Amino acid sequence: MSVVTAGVASTADRAGGRRRVRWVASRLLGAITVFWATATFTFCVQALMPGNRAEMIINLASGTFSQPSAAQIAAVNAKYGFNDPLIVQYSHYISGLVSGDFGESYQAHRPVIDIIAEQIWPTIQLTLSALVLAWVMAIVLTLATAGRQGRVSSFVGALQVAIAVSPPYWIGTILLVIFAVKLGLFPVEGNNGLPGLVLPSLALAIPLSGFIGRIIREEFARVLEQPFVMSSRMRGMGDFGVRLRHVLRHAVLPGVTLSGWALGALFSGAAVIETVFARPGIGGLLVSATSVRDIPLVTGIIVVSAGMYIVANLIVDLAYPIIDPRLKAA
Amino acid sequence: MINPPLLAVDNLRVSFGRGNEVVKGVSFTVEAGRCLAIVGESGSGKSVTARSLVGLAGQGALVQADRLSFEGRDLTALPDREWRRVRGRHIGFVLQDALVSLDQLRPVGREIAEGLQLHGEARSRTERTEHVVRLLERVGVPEPTVKARQLPHELSGGQRQRALIAASLALDPKLLIADEPTTALDVTVQARILDLLAETQARGKALILISHNLAVVSRMADEVIVMRRGEVVECGAADQVFREPRHEYTRRLLNAVPSMHSRGTRLAPASAPRPSLPVQPAAPSYAENPLLQANGLVKRFRRPDGSLHTAVRGVSFSLNTGETLGIVGESGSGKSTVARMVMALETPDEGEVLLNGAPWTALPERQRRKWRRGISIVYQDPLSSFDPRWTVERVIEDSLPKDEAHRRARVTELLELVSLSNAFRIRRPLELSGGQRQRVAIARAIASRPKVIVCDEPVSALDVSIQAQILDLLGDLKHQFGISYLFISHDLGVIHHLSDRVLVMSQGEAVESGDVDDILLRPQCRYTQDLVAAVPRLRFALAA
Repeated sequence: MSVVTAGVASTADRAGGRRRVRWVASRLLGAITVFWATATFTFCVQALMPGNRAEMIINLASGTFSQPSAAQIAAVNAKYGFNDPLIVQYSHYISGLVSGDFGESYQAHRPVIDIIAEQIWPTIQLTLSALVLAWVMAIVLTLATAGRQGRVSSFVGALQVAIAVSPPYWIGTILLVIFAVKLGLFPVEGNNGLPGLVLPSLALAIPLSGFIGRIIREEFARVLEQPFVMSSRMRGMGDFGVRLRHVLRHAVLPGVTLSGWALGALFSGAAVIETVFARPGIGGLLVSATSVRDIPLVTGIIVVSAGMYIVANLIVDLAYPIIDPRLKAA
Repeated sequence: MINPPLLAVDNLRVSFGRGNEVVKGVSFTVEAGRCLAIVGESGSGKSVTARSLVGLAGQGALVQADRLSFEGRDLTALPDREWRRVRGRHIGFVLQDALVSLDQLRPVGREIAEGLQLHGEARSRTERTEHVVRLLERVGVPEPTVKARQLPHELSGGQRQRALIAASLALDPKLLIADEPTTALDVTVQARILDLLAETQARGKALILISHNLAVVSRMADEVIVMRRGEVVECGAADQVFREPRHEYTRRLLNAVPSMHSRGTRLAPASAPRPSLPVQPAAPSYAENPLLQANGLVKRFRRPDGSLHTAVRGVSFSLNTGETLGIVGESGSGKSTVARMVMALETPDEGEVLLNGAPWTALPERQRRKWRRGISIVYQDPLSSFDPRWTVERVIEDSLPKDEAHRRARVTELLELVSLSNAFRIRRPLELSGGQRQRVAIARAIASRPKVIVCDEPVSALDVSIQAQILDLLGDLKHQFGISYLFISHDLGVIHHLSDRVLVMSQGEAVESGDVDDILLRPQCRYTQDLVAAVPRLRFALAA
């Protein structure tokens, strides 16, 4: 009997496993398609930009605004392949992306990928720590107050709305004045390890925790009304136990869906915060690259950011069934 | 004093906020090995009473009692920590509809193990797993080791309800409270769950059964409490309450249960005299073409994983003028798909439906539209088929044929026909009770003076006394206008009360059809026999 049972189970598991592999493969393929579309779009934008690129490169290199000679322009055009048909330029661009070659910065004359690699790590640190902090704050507040009646609960609900709509740079400035300038607890600026990360992460995390908090809070209150919560209470579980072990898992699902988007938003929000706190990072790099029209660098940053965004959403997609195992069967 | 009763409740009162008392002084005792049933319609306070017994009446509830004791131990003014030790260990609780009563993100086995963990039993993981498998085996779940690892939605409704019972039995409590444990289940599954509960009781457990279903109660209960609006209107030994009800409300409840005995009679005491309108002859006429004819209907659906599922496999029937054809079957038997095909909302893959002897489903929708007024439908839940922003007047007016003159007067007439006063014109669906909503749905269905009305479980969501009124109303309309019904229901009592002929469906097939008495009293087919046998009946005939 037990042998038969095990046989049935393993056949089902194998079929489920195949489905899962196919599902993961389709998600991966989708992510690659989106990435390709983004890269193509970015290429089209830079190809359609007005102005003579060769002239711009020469001016950038010399730091002057003069009319270069035809011979100079011809040389630059030949070097960067600007005279080639667009389709040739496009295929160079795409094959470059595939092999990790994003071209060379007009200004610094170094490979774009190297410049980005130097600057991206502080930004990733900032974004991830902000995401984690936002989740921790949202979960703590939700667990403690969601679905309860009373003044504290409605105050927390209102507070979450207020912080969700506050701009990060404003919160950042306030944090900076209070904790760095007045109290001197954290450094005012720069990238100096963990203490330097606290205030910028908080500035990004606070509005996001308001967002996530509002979403999981409503879901939390809805799930609390479900009969299975009552079932569990009837078995002797306490109020907090039910919140933590049963309801939270259901309530975080919409928040998890949101996190893919949130990571992208944090990435762009980081640009502003990096300026406020004078941190190194991809945000500052993008600002300076745009102002001098260093097109390969700008393109590289956009493509890499898009890549991060796509990877974040892919991770969310793949992580979702761990929290909601019903999706594995579907 | 001899041994105290297992559970003693004296003058239990529960209120939510000031002046909103929902339980007004309920008293009873339960002894080991006995079954007490609390019967009542929605809003009677039966569920709140049950939940107060485990200290979970709800947020903001004020619970008072002169006595609430379990095994002689006082439970009034018990702090929450102590209550948690009582729940699960001493008193088990089974809720209805196990799909939503089990955490859908966790395997069934973990739900069952939860109680063991909470009360510090079976410490190691293997010990717990073994215990869970034993419990699932005991409540009759097949392949318990496999099922314990599955998620609730992967189990059938009956298996889920069993798992839920297993979870509440995990710590071997002396008292089991079951709140509508079979309400969402098919009759055959219901019969097996009731068997399981009876078995548990036979093993010496006390059982408190909360139900709106009098037949279920009469099968299980030793003592009965009838509740209405928070008060106990009658209590006593089950055979006495069912055989010689003393209270008029109990008698009305018992009379309201539709069955073969109630055929041709009114189920509810007539309230307002009905408006007398020209009565049309309503005798079924079999001579001419049948009004509605279905020939070999087949419908297939594609499942999410791509495989084909045949929901209806070659179903044929005919409906004559002034006749009621009942279609009975359990969930998933394909009866609602048949209704959708008859309404031409779904195109059959094979076969066709003829209306008045002429093609109906075979027509293109454009040509069908002008005939649509001849056939209409009443659903189980009218709320989801009403626009919540529309008033009752607009809902009904919208269904009047375009050429109808005197529209306002006609709406008034229709409201009168379904016994709703003119004041309801300006109400919106959410401001109506379930019975009132169903009346509006019926008014809408008869607005175009149809010859056929398809009724898809029209009384399944209603309390028995409201159900009685709606069934009476449908009967009246049939007499008055000679309407024919295609009446779909899972309730054999309702079918027997109302239908002239019946069609039994199982897994997409019509297994048996014929005169309602022939089929339901002398079923030939095995499936029908099982179905009929599974129906709980009032155990005691009402003394006349």
